[in-house]
Amino acid sequence: MNEIFGVPTQALFGQLLIGLINGSFYALLSLGLAVIFGLLNIINFTHGAQYMMGAFVAYFLASKAGMGYWWALLVVPLVVGATGVVIERLMLSKLYKLDHLYGLLLTFGLALIIEGAFRHQFGSAGLPYSMPDQLVGVFNLGFMFLPKYRGWVIIASLVICLATWFLIERTRLGANLRAATENPTIVQAFGVNVPRMITLTYGFGVGLAALAGVFAAPIYQVSPQMGSSLIIVVFAVVVIGGMGSILGSIITGFGLGIIEGLTKVFYPEASNTVIFVIMAIVLMIRPQGLFGQR
Amino acid sequence: MKLNRKLLAVAIAALSAGAAHAQISGNVVKIGILNDQSSLYADLGGQGSVTAAKMAIEDFKAKEKGLTVEVVFADHQNKADVGSQIASKWYDAEGVDVIVDVPNSGVALAIAALTKDKGKAFINSGAASSDLTGKACSPNTVHWTYDTWMLANGTGSAIVKRGGDSWFFLTADYAFGHALERDTEAVVLKAGGKVVAKVRHPLNTQDFSSFLLQAQASKAKIVGLANAGGDTINSIKQASEFGIVKGGQNLAGLLVFLSDVHGLGLDKAQGLILTNTFYWDLNDSTRAWSKRFAAANGNKQPTMVQAGVYAGVLHYLKAVAALKSDDGTKVVAKMKELPTDDPLFGKGTIRADGRKIHPAYLVEVKKPSESKGPYDYYKVLATIPADQAFRPIDAGDCAMVKK
Repeated sequence: MNEIFGVPTQALFGQLLIGLINGSFYALLSLGLAVIFGLLNIINFTHGAQYMMGAFVAYFLASKAGMGYWWALLVVPLVVGATGVVIERLMLSKLYKLDHLYGLLLTFGLALIIEGAFRHQFGSAGLPYSMPDQLVGVFNLGFMFLPKYRGWVIIASLVICLATWFLIERTRLGANLRAATENPTIVQAFGVNVPRMITLTYGFGVGLAALAGVFAAPIYQVSPQMGSSLIIVVFAVVVIGGMGSILGSIITGFGLGIIEGLTKVFYPEASNTVIFVIMAIVLMIRPQGLFGQR
Repeated sequence: MKLNRKLLAVAIAALSAGAAHAQISGNVVKIGILNDQSSLYADLGGQGSVTAAKMAIEDFKAKEKGLTVEVVFADHQNKADVGSQIASKWYDAEGVDVIVDVPNSGVALAIAALTKDKGKAFINSGAASSDLTGKACSPNTVHWTYDTWMLANGTGSAIVKRGGDSWFFLTADYAFGHALERDTEAVVLKAGGKVVAKVRHPLNTQDFSSFLLQAQASKAKIVGLANAGGDTINSIKQASEFGIVKGGQNLAGLLVFLSDVHGLGLDKAQGLILTNTFYWDLNDSTRAWSKRFAAANGNKQPTMVQAGVYAGVLHYLKAVAALKSDDGTKVVAKMKELPTDDPLFGKGTIRADGRKIHPAYLVEVKKPSESKGPYDYYKVLATIPADQAFRPIDAGDCAMVKK
């Protein structure tokens, strides 16, 4: 068994691993989207721009303040999350009573403005961001060379995904959050400050996007369009997984990463579209998504 | 009946006399810069090309010569249909006389066909496909700066000569990538090398890891990158992450722009061998011009595409002034008749097939320790003389060239 469908097994394992790595980005980003949609009912189209801002803030911290990668992992989500809090307080909070569409349009417009501003300022070729010295180099796995940095990204994002899932599905805080989306009035009556909780939830979701941006910065260029090229795929992931389903977004994120990776071997020309083909099929068979409840 | 015929003759005479007076349509020469303003090719052309065109108008002293020249620009988003729509609107409704730049060979080929139908002029600086002066050549197109044949023969043959005789191609999956791969493969095979495998990736891909794994598994000595702009940057950056060069393979950036090297940083780009037809630090006149350009363009030095826009517009205006007309077909014919001379590419000519001829430069990207600062990036290894830099005129299958 040296070959499967004409592809050497070694290469195939390599592709599976690569798919898993890309999947970890999809999972991390769609997780943030799912949290925001599940608890705020906002389709956050600014997510890609916030991911991009994460990478840029990491770049600024490194070039202007000499702050390294490890600190950036901590500081960037806080900084970008804070901008999310401001956006929620000033704009989104005015829209909850209106149709979903308004939130979508607002966040979409915001994304265009943010990306345009960054592109105007920094051009499109992108800015270099080095990876931390500890993670430079490759592991020789026998069947492929795995860059140490990518190995780290898989593990870190898995941990973050599971922690978020645990936080929302298994803790008291998460229970309050879920209750507040079902019936805010009653939860408020129990003495929980619902508006503040919602604000912080949005900030948290945005922070997740920014964190993914820091993870991405050393692999891709720090460039203004890095978010827009990813966001469409991530939305497809969320739709396939089921809007608002946390577990769905994690599992689908990793799964689609793998499918995409394999497409790149068997039919590379289709690697950009395969996810949308799957989305179309899923929507036909199960419109609420694989893990959706409604 | 006789009277009618006379009347008709008078009318025709009167009309053609009127036309003779107004040979500059709408009394304005309108230049349309059509390129990628927002995505992976925006830094190599984009607003910089608009700046370059404006500098050409200024340097031509159009006003003193009694010409009113205007510049408009638009974003074709790397889509042939979007580009064609804009071009049709420009030509039909907005009085644009010439379209300039148009990176992305897919869009450029569409614009070339459209421009021919409308009898306008097309000066291409940004696109690479050598088909623009080959199979798809047109009496209305001038291909100014570079093309895939030139890149293949500059970079490709230099690398084969250095022992890089087995190749893996990583190719952008559209007209440009296919042309570059085809032209480079021909050079490699002719020099006795071989192509082990190739893989085609969609335009504007973020993640190249799967493709790089395949390149690594192929054991080819050279991984040839037949892509451009953001795609090249990402593939070089990720190749370094996967230890491709450390593992004994070498990268060949078949089309690398100054803006790409700037975006990558020298620690990732060092040692790359590439071919260019313009570098800001070539001589006194390129340095003087580039200094002005950078001052007007956010301190970014010009790429060869932007330099080509400047030189192309300058020569176009010379032809318009000499002809006192902005009729596209006639102006392009005049451009071919007049010798070219500008501070960036020096003296040159435009061939019958529309190919602008000038020298090309084989350069190597400096090590960080050799560079004195931003944009001090290239060592010139060799100058390829103008008569060897481009495909011989009879080898391109251009229908306008008599065999």
